[in-house]
Amino acid sequence: MTRDAKYWAPEPTPETPEPSGYPAPWKKTEVVGKPLPRVDAYQRVSGAAVYPSDLILPDMLYGAVLRCPHAHARVTKLDVTAAAKLPGVVVILTPTSPETEGITWPYYDGTEPVPILSTTCTFEGEPVAAVAAETPQQAADAVRAVTVEYEILPQISDLAHATVNGEPQVYARGDTAAGFAEADVVLERTYRTACEIQSPMELHGCVVRWDGNHLTAWESLQGVFWMQMQYAQVLGLPLASVTVNAAYMGGGFGSKLTISRESIIAALLARKAARPVKLFLSREEAMLVTGNRPGVDMTLKAGVKSDGTLTAFEFTDLSSPGAFSEGGEGLNDWLIRDLYTCPNVRCETSFATINAGPVRPFRAPGHPQGAWALEQMMDELAEAVDLDPVDLRLRNVPSVSQARGNRPYTTTGLEPCMVEGAKAFGWQAARTAPAQTGHIKRGVGMGACLWIAGGGGPPSTVIVKLYSDGSVNLNMGASDIGTGTKTWAAMIVAEELDVEVGRIQIENADTRATQFATSSGGSKTTPSDSPAVREAAYNVKKKLIEMAAEEHDLDPTDLRLADGAVLSRSDPSKSFPVTELQGVRRQRVVVGVGYRGPNPEGKVVCPFAAQFCEVEVNTRTGEVRVLRFVAAHESGRVLNRLTFDNQVFGGITMGIGYALTEQRVLDRDQTGKMVNVNLHDYKIPTALDAPADMSSLAIDLHDTECNTTGAKGLGEPVTIPTAAAVANAIYDAIGVRITDGPITADRILMALEAQGKEA
Amino acid sequence: MGRKRKHPEKAAGGVTRRGFIGSVGAGAVAAATGVARRGESTPEITDPEGMVQVALRVNGRTHRMLVEPRWTLLFVLRERLGLTGTKVGCERGECGSCTVLIDGLPRYACMTLAVEAEGAEVVTVEGLLDGEELGAVQKAFVEEDAMQCGYCTPGQVMAAEGLLLANPSPTFEEIRRGMSGNLCRCAAYPHIVKAVDRAATAKKKGGPQ
Repeated sequence: MTRDAKYWAPEPTPETPEPSGYPAPWKKTEVVGKPLPRVDAYQRVSGAAVYPSDLILPDMLYGAVLRCPHAHARVTKLDVTAAAKLPGVVVILTPTSPETEGITWPYYDGTEPVPILSTTCTFEGEPVAAVAAETPQQAADAVRAVTVEYEILPQISDLAHATVNGEPQVYARGDTAAGFAEADVVLERTYRTACEIQSPMELHGCVVRWDGNHLTAWESLQGVFWMQMQYAQVLGLPLASVTVNAAYMGGGFGSKLTISRESIIAALLARKAARPVKLFLSREEAMLVTGNRPGVDMTLKAGVKSDGTLTAFEFTDLSSPGAFSEGGEGLNDWLIRDLYTCPNVRCETSFATINAGPVRPFRAPGHPQGAWALEQMMDELAEAVDLDPVDLRLRNVPSVSQARGNRPYTTTGLEPCMVEGAKAFGWQAARTAPAQTGHIKRGVGMGACLWIAGGGGPPSTVIVKLYSDGSVNLNMGASDIGTGTKTWAAMIVAEELDVEVGRIQIENADTRATQFATSSGGSKTTPSDSPAVREAAYNVKKKLIEMAAEEHDLDPTDLRLADGAVLSRSDPSKSFPVTELQGVRRQRVVVGVGYRGPNPEGKVVCPFAAQFCEVEVNTRTGEVRVLRFVAAHESGRVLNRLTFDNQVFGGITMGIGYALTEQRVLDRDQTGKMVNVNLHDYKIPTALDAPADMSSLAIDLHDTECNTTGAKGLGEPVTIPTAAAVANAIYDAIGVRITDGPITADRILMALEAQGKEA
Repeated sequence: MGRKRKHPEKAAGGVTRRGFIGSVGAGAVAAATGVARRGESTPEITDPEGMVQVALRVNGRTHRMLVEPRWTLLFVLRERLGLTGTKVGCERGECGSCTVLIDGLPRYACMTLAVEAEGAEVVTVEGLLDGEELGAVQKAFVEEDAMQCGYCTPGQVMAAEGLLLANPSPTFEEIRRGMSGNLCRCAAYPHIVKAVDRAATAKKKGGPQ
């Protein structure tokens, strides 16, 4: 089941039934594609939206977790006597409490499940005991009052000293030795990326309540249905006894595609106390235990002919899932396998367990890492064969997915993204600008990408209900994680039923009230759920037209729905308001159900992108300023231009953090503990770090094959090539290539000094 | 604009994220931290009988209540008054999600004890509405789509309110600087900057404030 939750390569899942009819692609749209503000913006700006962490239930307790402060340790003594006597303390759970007996955390990459509370701790922050008390302060007091002694064990927290787990995973096609033999230039480089932490602004956690044997969890999650299964599996409950609600949630970036051990702990505390429990992590706890994008050591060898034809890639990498995996490791090699035409490719991927927090998916797992290597290498190859970086890439654009049996893409936006992006950026002029004198150097760079998923797929079931006054209820299982899911869904309903967006009520992401949808991750919510929404609304329309045809003895093919009425195409005098149809008046509600049909057979659906940037580097201080970005994205039809652009700019800014500032720092030589476990020392971008000049191009190739709305995913590609583009621009500015990320000021100064290029 | 003030980074009358932390004592950080630093010393436990009476003015209403001296304004607003528009992101003055106005200045409610707020006028995001109608900054945030997940948004809105109170006509650069004490991981920053600019114009034109 855990493997199913991996959103980019799901195991076969039970598909939703065949859609009842395929609406033809829209020729012209009235609402879809417009820049509309979010349908829930009022709730979000007014404070009316209740996020899971906002929930206050009557008689609610607060939970807190005692965590191992060491990277690797054994608990030798645990005494809760003093803690239990403190005021307000209601429940204390330890590894020997009967309530925790037999409860294990199965999300482990080995064969052995982890006890929900540990006595042998393999990473800093692993849960050892837990408390529920009347106030969070009292719960924290109780945690501090527990007497606990540890035997500190030897720790390994860096890849250099870690033992590689088993044999590498190998991907191979063609003959790389032959490929290198026919190349005019062969380069081999090592690249390294740092460990990045998702850091959504709403912390991870839940409010849980038992009613008899029924568990309800309001939890900050990216999906509710897999998580309902996780609760049910760990606690041994039927699905019908678990309700999960995450109608609002404050960001996840992949780290909320699973419930946490703390979710189970909260449920156990609440059951013992027979009272609701709120358990949200602190920022420090979240940084330690709720996942990360693992740092990777990579070696890439590449061969190219003097005409720019790629002949071979050899790639090896080593990264760590942490103490164990909660999903999201790997795929570092995907872009090397699939982005550019290359007949001979060999990739060897290795993992090594270390004493650090488990990995979880992080926005485009593996892809920004692979792009960091590949896109820097492409620039070096271009320079070696005296080609413009864009030209070299354009000479190697595939129309098929080479790593997936050469199946063709429904559309291939790679070339138009590069061509249109370069034009909008003024790439030619910027590349040939004269070199600057002085210590402030400007440079430009670019990077391109695809995202392995982004085509979505079944299952998804959506219900649209038209009320007797013509207003509408939209019922969908998908979470809106900040991408505007609810807004485009309302826009699609408005498009099909010609009803104002403001007259559509939405309920979503609630296992009791909505139908199954996959989790919102992997840039697949839009392509998975938009066709189901469209079909549900389309079926309501069909019913209304059939009602009018029957009641007024008309040919249904001559009828259309507009402006709250069924109209005759041939005789404009015939107009029947929906609210006056006998069928509507009798039923009081007209229900349409929509299912997500299968993806086109034998084809691959991927979003593509190219991003261009200009940076300024101060060669005396090593500071980098990102001056501007142009991003060209082919993600199919744009459903809402306002939220589309917002997501493009956000993804770029996150990528700038990856390029320049973000890195988890572990005290690898001594304690293994994280030394920058706060948002002051772990630096995510602020308003000042987002370039003042950013523009977004939507490349729409009118993909009529991918699904019935023509939309593909956007959330991951927006951040995949960014860091590599920044690295390439820094090289263009200072003439020294830095392959270890993030490119901090000290790295720039050291690199300049090593090359004798300091100002 | 910068000439009006000696310290442009405090143009909002607020505190920049990175400047603020320097003034925070280690004790305050430890108290706000959920990850306990254990083992070295026995911590002091607050006397549960030590509740004190306070009268808090929030959004024009006075709330008389008993609080523990260590309770933050953030905790009292959210968990005791149910004003959950004010969000919690770090509880150590780094993210700005809990920004409220205290006597017209944007402040981090996580770094303010409830007892310290007595006698002050506290305004939260709920207090910006006129009945059910959004204030000018809130409206501008809606129109410019200045949010994604929306969790940091109330804090951003309050920071913008504070900025515009101190500087009704900020330049784009002053807006970027004035808003830099509020983190947005979705990085809706370009739209946030546009929204603050739009709100400044709307406020000067009159209408909903």
